Amino acid sequence: MLVKGIKSRPVYSGVAFDPMAKRHIFVLEAEGATSLIEQVATPGSGEIAKADVLYVATAAAPKAYDQKLAALKPHDLWSAPTIPVLLNRLNVVLGAAHMGTRLYLSGTEGFIGQAMQVALNHGMDFNSIKTEHRGSEARRVQCVHCKGITDDVKTQPVTCSHCGLTLLVRDHYSRRLGAFQGVCIDAEEPGTAPAPEVLFP
Amino acid sequence: MTLNTEMRVRVADIKQVADHVKRFRFERVDGKPMPVFSGGAHVVVAMRDGAVLRRNPYSLMSSPEDKSGYEISVLRVENSRGGSHFLHDKLKKGDELTVSQPVNLFPMDQRGRKHLFMAGGIGITPFMAMMDQLSKTGEHFELHYAVRTRTHGAYWKDLEQRYGKSRVKIYCDAENLFIPAKAILENQPLGTHLYVCGPHGMIKGVLSTAREQGWPSQNLHSEEFLAPPPGKPFNVKLAKTNKTIEVHSHQSILEALEAAGIDAPYLCRGGACGQCETNVVACSGKLEHNDIFLEPEDKASGKKIMICVSRISGPDITLDL
Repeated sequence: MLVKGIKSRPVYSGVAFDPMAKRHIFVLEAEGATSLIEQVATPGSGEIAKADVLYVATAAAPKAYDQKLAALKPHDLWSAPTIPVLLNRLNVVLGAAHMGTRLYLSGTEGFIGQAMQVALNHGMDFNSIKTEHRGSEARRVQCVHCKGITDDVKTQPVTCSHCGLTLLVRDHYSRRLGAFQGVCIDAEEPGTAPAPEVLFP
Repeated sequence: MTLNTEMRVRVADIKQVADHVKRFRFERVDGKPMPVFSGGAHVVVAMRDGAVLRRNPYSLMSSPEDKSGYEISVLRVENSRGGSHFLHDKLKKGDELTVSQPVNLFPMDQRGRKHLFMAGGIGITPFMAMMDQLSKTGEHFELHYAVRTRTHGAYWKDLEQRYGKSRVKIYCDAENLFIPAKAILENQPLGTHLYVCGPHGMIKGVLSTAREQGWPSQNLHSEEFLAPPPGKPFNVKLAKTNKTIEVHSHQSILEALEAAGIDAPYLCRGGACGQCETNVVACSGKLEHNDIFLEPEDKASGKKIMICVSRISGPDITLDL
């Protein structure tokens, strides 16, 4: 049911340190922590010493990535209880940041999209922001009918959590909204939608 | 290939604005309004100088909203190929010539939160239009402008008056003042875009300083128009039309083709835009790449040439034209 080749489908090309940057800000969600942990060989020295890390555990809380991140000895580590709290902090941090700062986002697509929205509001070019998709493939979906956003969508189709329509989740992505597009799948003949299957585990 | 959209214009005013710098105002002969442009745009001015037709790009410096005419400022270059001498010494008020539609290869990134301009000498011109545009929408900008002497620098006094000394900083070589690029660039807020226009060495220096200060390439913008350097004459063979044309010492390949009545593609005529990229079929000499468009690999491959500024040393080259 997914149409392939949609150009707006984001491409995540990795969060390797840019050695030219004066300062790094890593914004990590759950399994996203591993993309930083894997690339630091010597804790506390080199690029990691220039890195501020904002972390939110969400589904990976039992894995204690926050302790592993602390062991990397970054310049600063801050753990948020929830994603909204982390985004608020990110907004404040970017408000005081300079041009030599590079931003790295890693985690689920919905998380990357929301953090990206915060960064774009500071006038950053999305091409200068490094991203990596780790963890669940669940999507953040906006219903084109009621405009409500449903997080953590794993099935195709999915029921809109706001208006109750059955939505086809598309690859069509909005960077402004940080969400994929969901369109009513059975508008012509209500009730004929196929049964949901897990497509985004 | 080239769009036939040139506009016939009359020289409405000529003013000496600084040592060796004149401002020219063009208005349409048919009285129609000029197209609105965006800050950073240039036009190609076609000048009939005796038997020679010269076409040179110049940045528009008048207000982008002003549809009654276009203004350019031209530095009289000592070892000019002829364009700046023609404009300075021969062109008179009331004369007619043609200008192209405005083309913008140096646009501002409107998503930016702050726009930082660094100009050297006559490189100030695109920023005049950009600042006019930004000041009307109340956007945040800052100009750092290097001039050789106070009398060589065009418009610095007007700019200081119009935008205030906090936004317009003048650095005068003769007073041993230079743009402190590192100090400026290490301290800019996130979302700043840098625009540089001036001599080649200045652009290179400022951009490499910006990269050393950690700026991402997406926020760096520059423009320079290169004049095609002279060289030894050679022959151009055209593979498709089976013609052979001689390129003289002070001619570019593009100019030689045009003089022979061949319509080849071009846009900036300064080695920057990529429009005139042409495939090389064969070359019996050495390619001399003078553009800033082709990637180093493309230049090394010997398969491509920008015919507006590049030439060869050797007897002949065959192009896919």
